[in-house]
Amino acid sequence: MRRSLWLWQVILVVAIFAVWQVLTQPGLVPPFMWENPDRAAFFFGEPVKMFHAIWAWFTDGTIYRHLWVTLEETVLAFGIGSVLGLAFGLWLGLSPTASALLDPYITAMNAMPRVVLAPIFMVWFGLGIWSKVALGVTLVFFIVFFNVYQGVKEVSPVVLSNTVMLGANRRQLLRFVYLPSATSWVFSSLHTSVGMAFVGAVVGEYLGSASGVGYLIQQAEGAFDINTVFAGILVLTAFALVLDFAVSRVERRLLQWRPGRAETEQL
Amino acid sequence: MAAVSFEAVTCSFAARAGGSYTAVKDVTLAVGEGEFVSVVGPTGCGKSTLLNVAAGLLRPSSGAVRVFGEPLAGINRRAGYMFQSEALMPWRSALANVTAGLEFRGVSPGEARRRGEEWLERVGLAGFGDRYPHQLSGGMRKRVSLAQMLILDPQILLMDEPFSALDVQTRSLMENELLDLWSANRKSVVFITHDLEEAIALSDRVVVLSAGPATRPIGDFPIALPRPRDVAEIRLNPGFIALHDRIWHSMKEEVLKGYAQTRNRVAG
Repeated sequence: MRRSLWLWQVILVVAIFAVWQVLTQPGLVPPFMWENPDRAAFFFGEPVKMFHAIWAWFTDGTIYRHLWVTLEETVLAFGIGSVLGLAFGLWLGLSPTASALLDPYITAMNAMPRVVLAPIFMVWFGLGIWSKVALGVTLVFFIVFFNVYQGVKEVSPVVLSNTVMLGANRRQLLRFVYLPSATSWVFSSLHTSVGMAFVGAVVGEYLGSASGVGYLIQQAEGAFDINTVFAGILVLTAFALVLDFAVSRVERRLLQWRPGRAETEQL
Repeated sequence: MAAVSFEAVTCSFAARAGGSYTAVKDVTLAVGEGEFVSVVGPTGCGKSTLLNVAAGLLRPSSGAVRVFGEPLAGINRRAGYMFQSEALMPWRSALANVTAGLEFRGVSPGEARRRGEEWLERVGLAGFGDRYPHQLSGGMRKRVSLAQMLILDPQILLMDEPFSALDVQTRSLMENELLDLWSANRKSVVFITHDLEEAIALSDRVVVLSAGPATRPIGDFPIALPRPRDVAEIRLNPGFIALHDRIWHSMKEEVLKGYAQTRNRVAG
């Protein structure tokens, strides 16, 4: 069942690219939208040429440096954003005064479209990786922050009372109850926050940089090379899938204590 | 000297609709050293409130609690508390849950581990130490809770309907095990339940509470049944049946009152 599903998924993606190729290759089918037979290829690119571009990137090795830069930015943005979000989430979750005071500002900052901060970060941190990391951090921070804040508020009062009765002092409560509970919320938002770190890195590169996959896309776009733009998008998608897979692996390791859906899955 | 004594304890809470709600009123009750006392009463009568006061988790609005003669301030460090609902830390394995209290007290990890495994064995969970709570059955989780409490060797055990979520068979097994553990090392027990049979089968004394609000004790019955007991067999003892009859008679009216109140609350 699982295998045949996988087979169908492959067939589907191959079919999509085949139809795409047929509709865009100049002269293959009579033009029905535009007068000029090259127009379709100009707007939508040709899958065969995209794969040529990707092949060239990987065979001559130019892509690795860019992938590495993007990965580095993603990981840094995720790490820094998570730690900040965790710290602030715990602080505001445990201090009603601070959370009451800061509540409107947090709502406002979360509502602000943070991509517009990119130019400011360029000015502050330059065109290197740190301006992209900063953008990713602003995206990751709020996801982690809200999850941790919620997690702290929703720690079971019975578990808390029980831990108090077992003799935990305030510091031990923080370390043995609030922190593990909050971290579990960080991990449950892992997919979203890693995805956001990635978005921050790529958008940052696209808006101004000298390396990274976003930079490659931006360069190709400047030359109206639609095939290379699509090639970059495909590489990014594949990269995001690999990242997501890695996150799932880590998640399974770290959230072992959680009642897994897999265990109760109907056969 | 009494292990725990309530002296005219009253607890009022601010009601959501304004005004106040008095859960327990003027409760005076003493639990002797090594005595097993069950507190029974209709649902929603403030039994847990009383236990939280004894634990120091809740400060009474008026009145006082004394523990071995000393007035209680803050958390009751001489008491262990077993909760009605799930109280284990889900991110800790069974063993790590059992040893949590030792860890808080600064016992070395090796020593804590040794004693934790010993206790797991004593509650019939040898070899289950590395399981997480969600991987254990309801009865096993209760055993972990029991070990978690008893490893600290508290002088007073506060138990809030600890077995009410278990099926009948598991429940009588657990009750017998509790009696075994208790008789090996007699501690003072305050056992809250709504099940009169359970109360009589386990206890030295049964205290009956009135229906809420403003719950107070309305009956105090010594249970002079022979020990050691088997909770399933003791129910057939003629003395048990007579006691059950007497206590039930005194409770009946309150249970009906409590039931009527719950029904009105639901209807309104």
